[in-house]
Formats: sequence, C-alpha cells, structure tokens
Amino acid sequence: MRSRFQHGLEELKEKLLRMGGLAEQSIDLVTEAYRTRDAKFCQMVFTNENEINQAEREIDELALDLLAMQQPMAVDLRFILAVVKINADLERVGDQAVNIAQRVLDLISEPEVELPVDIPRMAASVTTMVQRALESFLDGKAEIAESVLQMDGIVDRMKDEAFVVLVQRMINEPYTARAALNVLLIARNLERIADHATNIAEDVIFWVRGADVRHGGAHYRA
Amino acid sequence: MLKQPGDASAQNLSLWRRVTDHAATWFAMAAAVLVIVPLLAIFIYLLIKGAGSINLAFLTQTPKPPGELGGGMANAIVGTGLILAVASVLGVPLGIGCGIYLAEYGRGRFGDLVRFTADVLNGVPSIVIGIAVYGLIVIRQKHFSAFSGGVALGVMMIPTIARATEEMLLMVPNVIREAALGLGIPKWRTTLSISLRTASAGVITGCMLAFARVAGETAPLLFTAFGNQFWNLKLNQPTAALSLQVFTYAISPYDDWHRQAWAGALILIVLIVAAVAAVRIVTSRGTLKGVS
Amino acid sequence: MGVGIEVRGLNAWYGNNLALKSIDMTVPANHVTAVIGPSGCGKSTFVRCLNRMHETIPEAHAEGEVKVGDIEVYGDGTDPVEVRRRIGMVFQKPNPFPTMSIYDNVAAGLRLNGFRNRKQLDELVERSLKLAALWDEVKDELHKQSGASLSGGQQQRLCIARSLAVEPEVLLMDEPASALDPISTSKIEELIFQLKQHYTVVIVTHNMQQAARVAEFTGFFLMGSLIEYDKTEKIFTTPADKRTEDYITGRFG
Repeated sequence: MRSRFQHGLEELKEKLLRMGGLAEQSIDLVTEAYRTRDAKFCQMVFTNENEINQAEREIDELALDLLAMQQPMAVDLRFILAVVKINADLERVGDQAVNIAQRVLDLISEPEVELPVDIPRMAASVTTMVQRALESFLDGKAEIAESVLQMDGIVDRMKDEAFVVLVQRMINEPYTARAALNVLLIARNLERIADHATNIAEDVIFWVRGADVRHGGAHYRA
Repeated sequence: MLKQPGDASAQNLSLWRRVTDHAATWFAMAAAVLVIVPLLAIFIYLLIKGAGSINLAFLTQTPKPPGELGGGMANAIVGTGLILAVASVLGVPLGIGCGIYLAEYGRGRFGDLVRFTADVLNGVPSIVIGIAVYGLIVIRQKHFSAFSGGVALGVMMIPTIARATEEMLLMVPNVIREAALGLGIPKWRTTLSISLRTASAGVITGCMLAFARVAGETAPLLFTAFGNQFWNLKLNQPTAALSLQVFTYAISPYDDWHRQAWAGALILIVLIVAAVAAVRIVTSRGTLKGVS
Repeated sequence: MGVGIEVRGLNAWYGNNLALKSIDMTVPANHVTAVIGPSGCGKSTFVRCLNRMHETIPEAHAEGEVKVGDIEVYGDGTDPVEVRRRIGMVFQKPNPFPTMSIYDNVAAGLRLNGFRNRKQLDELVERSLKLAALWDEVKDELHKQSGASLSGGQQQRLCIARSLAVEPEVLLMDEPASALDPISTSKIEELIFQLKQHYTVVIVTHNMQQAARVAEFTGFFLMGSLIEYDKTEKIFTTPADKRTEDYITGRFG
C-alpha cells in the first residue's frame, strides 16, 4: 500500500546514505592528506563538499514534499524528521572535513614538525563512529546506534589529551606553535565530527524507538 | 473503431437515433393525452347534459313524487355529505393506524397477514361489502341507516389509506427517525410527530384518493343507506345519497328524472373535485420555504 | 458541564454476530475523544451503544456496564429514552426534520418532551443556535425557512443545535463532517473544539487527520476490539501496538 509514499521514503534513505558515504570519504581523504602531506587529497575534499551540499538541498526538499503530500504518521513521521536532522549533521561533518583540509594545507606549506599526537588514530575512531552511525541508520538497529554513543567519550578524551600535550609543547618550543595550533584545531574538528556522529545515532534511536535520548537521558513518550 | 462524424453510416445511425427519440417522445405525449381525453369527455358530456338542469330549486328542494315535474336533490347532497363524514371518521383513523402498524412494526408474519388481508379487502366487489354490512348491521338494527352506509364506505376506504400510509411512511428516511430517537423522543411520539408529519403530504393524498373513490359508490349504499325521498339528518335513518339518487332516476321511465339524473351526476363530480381541491389548498397554506 | 464515561466489558451483537468484544474504556469529561479504525471495526457500533441507539436496530442487543456520569446506561431500571435525552447524537448525514422550520427543528426535542413555555423555548433555541455557531446566519429566517433549505454545513450545525437544545451532558458524533466540504468541515471542527468546554464529546471518524486535529484522546478499534487507547499525540507519533501503527501509517485499512 502507499507505493508512492514507500518509494519516496526509500529514495530519501538512499540519498542520505549516499551523502553519508561522501562524508565518510571526506574524512578518509583528510586523514590520508595528513599522513601523506599530499595536497591533492585536500582538493578532492573540496570537490566532495559541493556534492555534499547539493545532496543536503535535495534531501531537505524531498523530505518537505513527503511531509506536505503524504501526511506521514508515527514511525514514518519520526523517520522523516530523523532524516532531516541527520542531513544537517552530515553536512556539518562535510564542513568539518573541509576545515581539517584547510589546516592540513597550512601544515603542508610549512616544514614538517614532529608532534606527540596520533591524529590518524583519532581519525580512525571518528571514522568508525560515523560508519556505525550510518550503519545503524541503514539497518534501523538501535543497538548499533547505542554503541556509537558509548564511543563519544573516547574521542573526547583523545582531544583533551591532545590539548594538554600540545599546549605544553607550544610553551616549551614556541617555534612549533603554528603546527601545534593546526594540529589542535584538527583534533577539535575531529571531536566535533564525533559529536555529529553521536547526534546521528540519537536520531536513529528516536526514529526506531520513539525515545528521545538526547542530552544523556532516555525520554519515552508519556 | 469509433465512428467519425463524417462517416456515411454514422450519419445514418445518428438519424435513426434521432427519429426513434422523437417517436418515443411523441408516443409518451400521445399516451398522456389519451388518458386525459376520457376524463374531459365525461366531464364535458355531463356539463352539456346536466348544467342546464342545475338551478336553485334543484339545489334546495327534495324530490317530488313520480310524475310531478321539478324538485331537486338537496337531501341527496346533504345525505352524501353525512354518509361520507361517517365513512371518513371510520376509515381515515383506522386506515392510517393500520398503515402506521405496517410501516413501523409490521415486519413479521402477522404484518404480512395484515398486508395480504388489506389487499384482498381492496379487491372485494363493493356490492359484496354492501351485502355484508347489510347482514351485520342493518338486519340487527332492523332499519336502514346513514350509519351503516358510512360503515360500508369506510371499510372500503381502509385498504387504500392503509397501503398509501405504509408506502409514504416507508419513504421517510430512517435517519430522520434516528435523529428523533437520538433526541430522547419515545418511539410512538417519533412515529406520530415526526414520521407521520414528514409523510403527511402523501398520506393526505392517499386519503383523498380513497375519499374520491368511495364518494361515487352506489352498490354498497343500496342495502345500507337505502335512500330517502325526504330530509334526514339522523344517522340511524335511511338517507338519500347522490349516487343512489342518480341510479334510481336514471333507470326510471320519467324524462324529467333523467334530466335530473344528469344534473345529479354533474353535481357529484363537482363536489368531489371541490373537496379534493379544498384539502389541497388548506394543507399547502402552511408550507415553508424550501419544503417540496 | 460534561461528565465522564466509564465502559466496562461492553459486548454488542447484531443477531448472533458479536460485533464488540468486551470493551473497556474511560472517556474523560470535557474532552474530545476520537474513535478510529477501518470499516467494520465496530467504532460506530460502540458509540451507538453509549446512548442505547444500537438496540433500535432489529435483533441487535448489547450487554455490559456503561456509566455516563452517575447513570447506569444498561442498569435494570434505566429507561433508554431518558438515556438518550442526556446523551445527544449527531449523525453522518445531516438530517434536519424536513417539514419543520429552523426554529421548530431546534425546539423539536424540547417540545416533543412536553416543554411548552414559549419564552423559554425562544431562549433555548437562541442559545443552542449560538452554541452551534449558526445563530447569526439564520436569526432572521427562523420560522420561515425549513431546515432542509440550508446548505450541508449549515444543516449539520442545525442538527448540532437541535441536539444541544435538550441540554445533554455528552455529545456523540458519528462521522459528523464526512459528508461536508473542507470549509464546512473546518467550521465543524472549530465548533467541536469550542463545545468541549461545556460537553464531553466522542467523535467517530475515519479521517485520521481529523482525529489528530480535534481530539485529545484517541481509541483505535479493530474487528470489534479496542486495540489501543491513549493521548492522541502518542497514538500518532509513537503508538504502542503494531496494528495501530500499521493502520495509521496506511499500511492497511
């Protein structure tokens, strides 16, 4: 029944997953750019960004149409609302990747500085979080989303450690300031991406269970 | 393939269709005219034959003995009115009541039996009804009377009124009854004040039909009202009636009586038409805007 | 003021066919409660059991406990006619009494129950028509226009006024707007919203968006049973029962 509507919902899901793929790809690209100090990866991120923004527009438009025309209720309504929110989070992820790319370009333009922060490792955790969040959306599984929520703490700690270490390094060796600041900003951007992944996971839980688990609590409809 | 307007065969087809359409319309109109013609013919014939004999004397005097000229049918006119009044008092309430029962309560076997009986009664020849009333009332009372005449005619009115009432009540949409019941109006009140009121136009028509039919009946009055040469306003005495008087005069050997018979027949028809028209006017006076 | 309705173990039959299966439901006073469900689920039957209209259908009967305020609707000594006076009903197709004027329509329930005082009748008719948001449109034509000459939406408001005239405590509405155009529908919905200050309203509707718009509580019926009953927002955003969800998302029905 309601094949036109079902079709619309599936299209929405596909578009969002594709956009998620682009966002994941952007994170991988900047990670690679950081490791290899090759500017071409940053360029690819900038190109991706256009596609991500385009996708955001399309998804919002399709969601609006479905809301207006199909009077969705209950789970369908929650799904569309979740899609709209995840849409915004993914676009922000794309923006953060672009920010990281710009920091990397700056790092590349200066001689390499040895710093005690393992950005690739942090990026790997963040990538995992984004992947899992999107997987939970694809499968509609709240349990996978919950595992993402638990990983947020890990990335936060990584960022805090990086902060301490880098500040110490900047005080001790002032000439590393520029590079250290870049790396600190990269760490913060990664931590922001992790937050967005957490948001996505919360939105999936809202869609699947109808529970509002934002801000640390589980709030079921009374 | 759909025929295009240009096709020769299409043109023939559409010509044929138009011809049959016109033919059917004309046939229907002709049938309507054919129905009115006998009615008009009778009326005009009566007018021609009887109008000349209607004068004040005719309308105010009682019959003169055979052989004498002049006299009138005044007593018959009044007598007809009297007998019809009795018939209506008997037939209308019983007929409507029976109709209400059939429509609102008569869904089972007993209802079917009543319906069947009413239909049979409708078909009983009027003279048989007259004889039956003769046996049941006249012989017991040992005299002819306007009352027994009224009973005979009333009995004849009942099936027509009952069936008409039933039909009209069944046409009242059930949602109207439900609306009334939903307001907390008891069923009997709903039937009387809502259903019957809604169906009233049709019920009155049914009564008028029954009335018009029995007004002209002669056979049942032969052995009940019997007729009377003189004035009578008492219900328990033989009474003159227009139909009886016309019958008696028509089969008599006197020319003057024949002349008066025509006049009497004309009066009878005029009175019936006037009665029906009067009821129509009175009942339509209270109509609201928007009620059909 | 309206009263609440308590239903316990209500069963209803058409002949031998069990149409309602042991319904338990509490309708709160001065709120609008909607009853939704696919065709044949028993929602109309349920509502008609509340004012004992169900048994006016031949071979239909109902058993169980229905308490409207302090009246035991199916109690031993209870007069169904009396119950119907306290509980008003508005039907799907507007059904003003065709041979009566607007005034007579509204006054019918009162007059036919013996109410005669002309002045009080005038006041009650005016009050009812005002409550039904129809007074301004018909006040000059009260006695001259018949009920049937009004437009569909006006007729339905007339029927509402007629029901309100006998001062019920509960108003039952069986798909009151389904025969009306969108503007009339919206007027009726607005009216229902206003009415709940004075009355308890139970509305049967097959239009889920309407239930969502007007009702504070919604009950979902399926095949004679009450599947879920909760606040309307909950039913339409996070229903507890899968069958409810399937119905309101249009996956069946």
